Amino acid sequence: MNLARIAITGVGLTAPNGNSLKEFRQNLLSGTPGVEWLEVRHMGRLPAGVCHYDPLKHQTRKEVRVGTRAGSISIYCAHEAVADSGIAWASAAKDRIGIFIGITEHGNVETENEVHAISKFNYDTKFWSHYHNPRTVANNPAGEASLNLGVTGPSYTIGAACAAGNLGLIHATQMLRLGEVDLAICGGVSESIHTFGIFAGFKSQGALASHADPTWASRPFDRNRNGIVVSEGGCLYTLERLEDARARGAKIYGEIAGYGVNSDASDYVLPNPIRQAECVRKALANAHLEPKDIHIVNTHATATPLGDIQECEALRAVFGSGCPDTSINNTKSYIGHCMGAAGALELAGNLPSFDDRIVHPTIHVEDLDPACALPGLVLNTPYQASKVDSILNNSFGMLGINSTLIVTRFTP
Amino acid sequence: MTKDDCKKVVLDIIADIAPDEDLSNVKPDVRLRDQLQLDSMDFLDIVMELRKRHGIEVPEADYLQLASLDSCAEYLTPKFNALAAKN
Repeated sequence: MNLARIAITGVGLTAPNGNSLKEFRQNLLSGTPGVEWLEVRHMGRLPAGVCHYDPLKHQTRKEVRVGTRAGSISIYCAHEAVADSGIAWASAAKDRIGIFIGITEHGNVETENEVHAISKFNYDTKFWSHYHNPRTVANNPAGEASLNLGVTGPSYTIGAACAAGNLGLIHATQMLRLGEVDLAICGGVSESIHTFGIFAGFKSQGALASHADPTWASRPFDRNRNGIVVSEGGCLYTLERLEDARARGAKIYGEIAGYGVNSDASDYVLPNPIRQAECVRKALANAHLEPKDIHIVNTHATATPLGDIQECEALRAVFGSGCPDTSINNTKSYIGHCMGAAGALELAGNLPSFDDRIVHPTIHVEDLDPACALPGLVLNTPYQASKVDSILNNSFGMLGINSTLIVTRFTP
Repeated sequence: MTKDDCKKVVLDIIADIAPDEDLSNVKPDVRLRDQLQLDSMDFLDIVMELRKRHGIEVPEADYLQLASLDSCAEYLTPKFNALAAKN
């Protein structure tokens, strides 16, 4: 099958340590994390990744009041991506544009807020907000973006736990190849820090990070890691068929070379390294690449004691020791786990490596866990690679959903 | 409560639910929807805030009474006063 080549032509993001790709990248190279203390309802002060973009840059105050945080993040990222792409937005056919946004969860924030609100009225449901349903429907973040931007093509979310960010790009690639849309605004978002349930759930699992210094709470691969830092964030891309992007002289960040998606079918929460390895191999086969052809592997590792080891086991099985040009890094040590946005954000942080050939490190590794000591792991200081032509991005999620996305340097 | 007090209560609610609107020159005899960007969900907000903040109930059949500031004052002032007398 002769599939259309798909180009990344714009990036819009908000991360706990940056509100543009330039700022985000600078902080990844300078070792600047973005985790801070957050007061969480019923739980007290916890380390969390909080975004500090200006919602009023692209929304009215009423839109901010009526909408959700995930909707606001989506709107911000979508506008920034479109602006970055240089697309002539005013004249673009809005019915040929699709919005595909990966989410880990949606609706918990508003439901918790409403339950809390009616608790002040003796749980009388006549005080329940009429905004509850439009705020909590699963398509809300994409729907709010479509309303704000006037996009009339297909706009919806893709629920895939913490694999969702990659899934947004993968689904967009498929829709572009099917000819269903001419431009896709895609990636992932998360508002999860605004729901205590996510924090409490991880804590009950024994998977919530803690540290006296919040910026040190997220420590993938360190022997003393103790769990996940929950973060909010968003990253949306503009994707186009390569021929369309080239026809309008677009800047091309990279090309979607291949992807893999599969399911563990083994446990609600525990990862399965055999299926993860299968997913990575599936992506490599889809991209017609060998493991040694990959120059950066961005790991999913969330800093849980077991999860990091299992991903390393999967990567060891695929890459072994015969890939001298493969560097491995992780972004969660800076920004925590941005849930549905994680895959999309972590890919973005590595895209500039096509230009500068610098691999950002994973930080906060004082005592490397021997079980995580993969060849090529870039620890604490950036690594100047001799070449970076390919990035493999892992994102895995609960209920055993795995996604691997490979992006390559664009060469005509 | 006077009718002017009542209009102030309604305007305070509108200021919160429509924060982008300039409320300095709202004409009391003109329908709110004709001079402000308010939709049906916003009117439900007004109903909800009257309930939450002031314990005032507006049955669905009476929603049209909230059309303008004048009609709000006509309809709501007796309710506020009745509530005050009861308390």
